[in-house]
Amino acid sequence: MLVDLVQLTIFGLVVGGIFALGAVGVSLLFGILRFANFAHGDMMTLGAYLALVFVGPLALPMWVAFPAALAGTALAAVAIDRALFKRLRRASPVILLISSFGLALILRSLIQIIWGPENIVYWTDIVLPWRLGEIRIRPPHVVMLAVTVALVVALHLFLTRTRIGKAMRAMADDPDLARITGIPTERVILWTWALGGALAAAAGIFLAVDTRLNPLLGWNVLLPVFAAALLGGIGKPYGAIAGGFLLGVAGEVSTLVLDPVYKPAVAFAVIVLVLVYRPTGLFGGR
Amino acid sequence: MELVGLLSFLVFFLTLSGIYAVMALGLNVQWGFSGQFNIGIAGFWAVGSYTAAILTTPESPFHLGGFGWPFLPSALVAALLAAVIALLIGLICVNLRTDYLAIATIGIGEIIRLVLKNEEWLTNGVRGIPAIPRPFSGLGRELEALLFLGLVVATILVVYALVERARRSPWGRVQRAIRENEPAALAAGKNVLRFRLEAFVLGAAIMGFGGALYAHFAGFISPEAFDPLFATFLVWVMLIAGGSGNNIGAVLGAFAIWALWSGTQFMTAFLPIEWAARAGAVRVLLVGLLLQVILITRPEGLLPERPPRPAVRD
Amino acid sequence: MTALLEMRAVRGGYGGVDILNGIDLAVREREIVVVIGPNGAGKSTAMKAIFGLVAVREGEIRFKGQDITNMAPERLVPLGLSYVPQERNVFPSLTVQENLELGAYVRRDDAAAELAEVLALFPVLEERRQQAVGTMSGGERQMVAIGRALMTRPELLLLDEPTAGLSPRATELIFERIRAINQKGVAILMVEQNAKQALAFADRAYVLVGGANRYEDSGPAVLAHPEIAEMFLGG
Repeated sequence: MLVDLVQLTIFGLVVGGIFALGAVGVSLLFGILRFANFAHGDMMTLGAYLALVFVGPLALPMWVAFPAALAGTALAAVAIDRALFKRLRRASPVILLISSFGLALILRSLIQIIWGPENIVYWTDIVLPWRLGEIRIRPPHVVMLAVTVALVVALHLFLTRTRIGKAMRAMADDPDLARITGIPTERVILWTWALGGALAAAAGIFLAVDTRLNPLLGWNVLLPVFAAALLGGIGKPYGAIAGGFLLGVAGEVSTLVLDPVYKPAVAFAVIVLVLVYRPTGLFGGR
Repeated sequence: MELVGLLSFLVFFLTLSGIYAVMALGLNVQWGFSGQFNIGIAGFWAVGSYTAAILTTPESPFHLGGFGWPFLPSALVAALLAAVIALLIGLICVNLRTDYLAIATIGIGEIIRLVLKNEEWLTNGVRGIPAIPRPFSGLGRELEALLFLGLVVATILVVYALVERARRSPWGRVQRAIRENEPAALAAGKNVLRFRLEAFVLGAAIMGFGGALYAHFAGFISPEAFDPLFATFLVWVMLIAGGSGNNIGAVLGAFAIWALWSGTQFMTAFLPIEWAARAGAVRVLLVGLLLQVILITRPEGLLPERPPRPAVRD
Repeated sequence: MTALLEMRAVRGGYGGVDILNGIDLAVREREIVVVIGPNGAGKSTAMKAIFGLVAVREGEIRFKGQDITNMAPERLVPLGLSYVPQERNVFPSLTVQENLELGAYVRRDDAAAELAEVLALFPVLEERRQQAVGTMSGGERQMVAIGRALMTRPELLLLDEPTAGLSPRATELIFERIRAINQKGVAILMVEQNAKQALAFADRAYVLVGGANRYEDSGPAVLAHPEIAEMFLGG
C-alpha cells in the first residue's frame, strides 16, 4: 500500500508538472485578458506536434527540438492574438471565450489535417525503468520533472526580476490599474501570449512523451489544467503551479480507491469545490 | 429515381437540422435569455438520447432496457432527466461567473461521457445501443421518414411557442434584466439565483427532448455520437450565427449552419483521395473560421435580439 | 497665470449616457483643488474623463496647454499627470517595492531617487518593502497607492477620495502627507467626502451637482458658505 502510494505520487508529480505548466498560461491570460482560453489545450497539442517536426523529419535531438518547439508555439500564440483576439479586445469577455472555443477547433482540425488523426510517438525505443526497491522510476519522468523545475525557476526569475515580468503580474492583478499606471498593456499582452504558448508547448511535449501524440492530446487535459488555475486563484501564476502539482498527485492517488477511468472526475470535483467554497483559490484571497 | 433520392435527402437534411434547431432553442434559453454559458450541451443531449433509447428498446442482454415505452412518454422522461441533472448541477454552479460556469459545464459533459462509456450494464459502453425503434415504423421507409420530419417540425413549433412566450413574459424581462445588470436586478429584489436556475433547467429539458428525437432518428447511439466538439460546438455556432436572444434566429441559424455544414461535405468530396480521411477536419476548420468571421464582423448574428416593448413603462 | 489643467464644457459618460453635462474646471500650478458634491454628481467621472477612462463627447481638456481630450492613460503619465483611483488602486499580490517600481514603468530607468523620496514621505513603507500590499491595512495601501503615483514625478496628482474608509487617524495622516506633497510643488486635484477637513486646506474648491458646476470659491469660503455647508457638510 505504501509502495503504491509512493509510486502514484511520483506519477502524480510528473502529470502535475504538466498541468502546472499549462495552468500558468491559463491563469495569466485569464488575469490579463479576463477570459478562460479554451484553446490552451490545443496550443499544448500544437507544441507537441511542432517538436515532432524537429525530431522527426528534421532528425534533431530532443534537446534542440524542445526549445525550438517552445519558440514556435510562442510565435504562433502571438500571431493568433494579432489575427484574432486583438480584434476582439473591446468585445465582452464572453465573446472572447466563444472565440477561443472556436480557435480550439481550428487548431485541432489543422493538426489533424497536417499530421492525421492517428497516434504517433517521438521514439519507438523502449527505456527500462530504474528500480528502487519495489518502486519503478522511468528515466524520461526524471528528465521531465527536472526540466519542469528548471522552467518554473526561470519563470520565477522572469516574473520577479524583469520589468516586463513584473508588469505582467501587475496586469494580472488589475488590468485597469496597470493602464492607469502607464504600463504599455498591449506589449504585456503579447509577452503573456508568448509565455503562455511556450509553457503550453512544454506541457504538450511532456504529455506526448508520457503517452502518445494525437490531435486530442491537449483538449483531454484542459479540464485539469483549468482546475489547477482555479485552485491556485486566477491571475496567480505561483498558485497555478501549486494547483497543478496538487491536482496531479490527487488524481493519481485517487486511483487507489476510484476506478481509474473516472480520474477526470477528480479534476471536476476539485473545480466545483473550489468554485463554491474558495472562489479566489486555495492560497488566500485579495 | 433521381428525384426520389433528392427528396429523401431533403427530408433527411430537414430532419437533422430540425433536431439541431431544438438544441439551439434550448441553448437560447440558457445563453440568449439568461446569459449562462453552457459548453456541456453534448452531455444533456446524450442524457436525452440514452434515456429515450433505454426506455424504448426491446430487452437486451447488453444494456438496461426492455421497457418498450412509446415515443412521447419516453421523450418526456428524457427531458425530465436532463432537467433533473441540470437542476443538481445548477444548484451548485449556476450562480458562478460566466467563465467559471463554462468550465464547470465542460466537466459535466466529460463526466456524462465517461459514465456512458464505462457503465456497460447501463449503456453497453462504447459499443452503444442499437435497434432504437422509430415512431411510425411499419408504414414504409419514405412515409416513415416524412412523418418523423413532421414530428420534428411539430416539436420545433411547440418549443418555439413555449420559449417565445417565455421571452415576452415578465419572466423573460427579468432574465434580460439579470443578464444585463445583475446588481440592479438583485437590488430590485429579484431572486437572481432562482431565475437563472429556471432558465438553465428549462434549456436543458429542451435539449433532453431534442436528444430523444435524435436517438429515434439515428436508430443507434454510442458515446462517439456525442463528441463534445461536434454537438456542442455546432449548436453554439448556430445560435451565434442566427442571433442569440432571438428565437427565430436560433432556428434559422440551425438550418443555415447545417446547410453550410452539409455543403462542406460536398466540397470536401472534391478533395484529393489522400485527403479523404481528413475531410472531417477540413469541415471543422471551415466552420471554425466562419465562427471567427461572424464574431468579428457581426457578433449580434443574422437576426439580432429585439427586446419586446415593455408592457408598462417604468 | 495660465492653468496647469483646464476642463472646458466637458460632456461625456458611459455607453452614450452622459454623466458630465458641461463641466468647467481648472487647476493652477502648485494648487490644491478639492471637488465636492452629492453622490452621482459626476466627481469621480470627471477625474476619469481627465485620465482618458471615460469618453469625452464634447468640450476639451488641456494639460500644460496641450489638448489631452480622450488621450489614453499610458500617454498621459509621461506628460506629468498621475491618478489614484478610489478603489483597486494597488496591485495586491505585489510587494510594496514592486508597486512603487511599477509606478515608474514609463521612465525606463530604475527611479532609485524617486523611490527613496517616496519612502522618506511614508517611512512606514520602508520597513515593509518586501511585504505583499494585499496583506496591509487600508491606510498603508493608500500610502502605497499615492506613492506609486508619485514615482513619475507628476506635476499634477489626481486623487479620488483618498481617505474613503480610513480611520480618523489614518485620514489625518493622509491629509497631512498630501499637504507635504503639495509643498514640494505638486498640484493636487482631489475628490473628497471628508469635505470639512479637505476644504480647510484647499486653495480652491468646486461644488458639482448633476454633472455640472454649481459653485466655486476658495476652500475656506466654500466651507463658510451656509447653503453648501447645509447641503454637503452635515450642517
